[in-house]
Amino acid sequence: MSGVLDVVAGILVLAGSTLALTAAIGVVRFPDTLSRMHAATKPQVLGLLLVLAGAALRLRGHPDVGMLILAGLFTLITAPVVANRVGQLAYREQSFRDDLLTKDDMADRPQD
Amino acid sequence: MNTVWVISAVMLGAAIVITMFRLLAGPGTLDRLVALDTFVAVTMCAIGTWAAYSLDTTVTYSLTALALISFVGSVSVARFRVRDNDLSRVRDTDRADGEPQ
Repeated sequence: MSGVLDVVAGILVLAGSTLALTAAIGVVRFPDTLSRMHAATKPQVLGLLLVLAGAALRLRGHPDVGMLILAGLFTLITAPVVANRVGQLAYREQSFRDDLLTKDDMADRPQD
Repeated sequence: MNTVWVISAVMLGAAIVITMFRLLAGPGTLDRLVALDTFVAVTMCAIGTWAAYSLDTTVTYSLTALALISFVGSVSVARFRVRDNDLSRVRDTDRADGEPQ
């Protein structure tokens, strides 16, 4: 039973590392700030949660697993805030490519 | 089982290295901020992988600390940074007459 759990933990950690590598490739390859932010935030949070779940499975029963859960919770709460701030700043400073937008929902809003 | 940890470590190391490229080369501060965020997240992934590999629980506290500090750092950089809207101005001073617009 514990062998099966260890294998599942290994698979989770491996999937999380793959997602982190995907996020890094996206950050380097994508052309403008908004696309880079999009590439960075989503796989990064999911990858981190997968790695933390794998580590929690591997450390099962230990009281310090609570710290892993706390770290995952903080990441889940704070990642949207940072993404919101950075996205709004990038839009205001026009650091994105118009030809890559399919729809601009903020076009008719007054710019402050 | 050991190969799983080795493959994870290699992928995380590659992620760190290529994120460092964007951190150094990014044209604006926002790009560098996004790259730094990714950098911290990959570091947290690496610490979690280390905890899973070595069953060493003393590093789990640094995970929570990194999550909080990266949030505070990113928000304060986004709030207090200097706007880098001088990219066009730099280009204008490079013209033949040398007069900024």
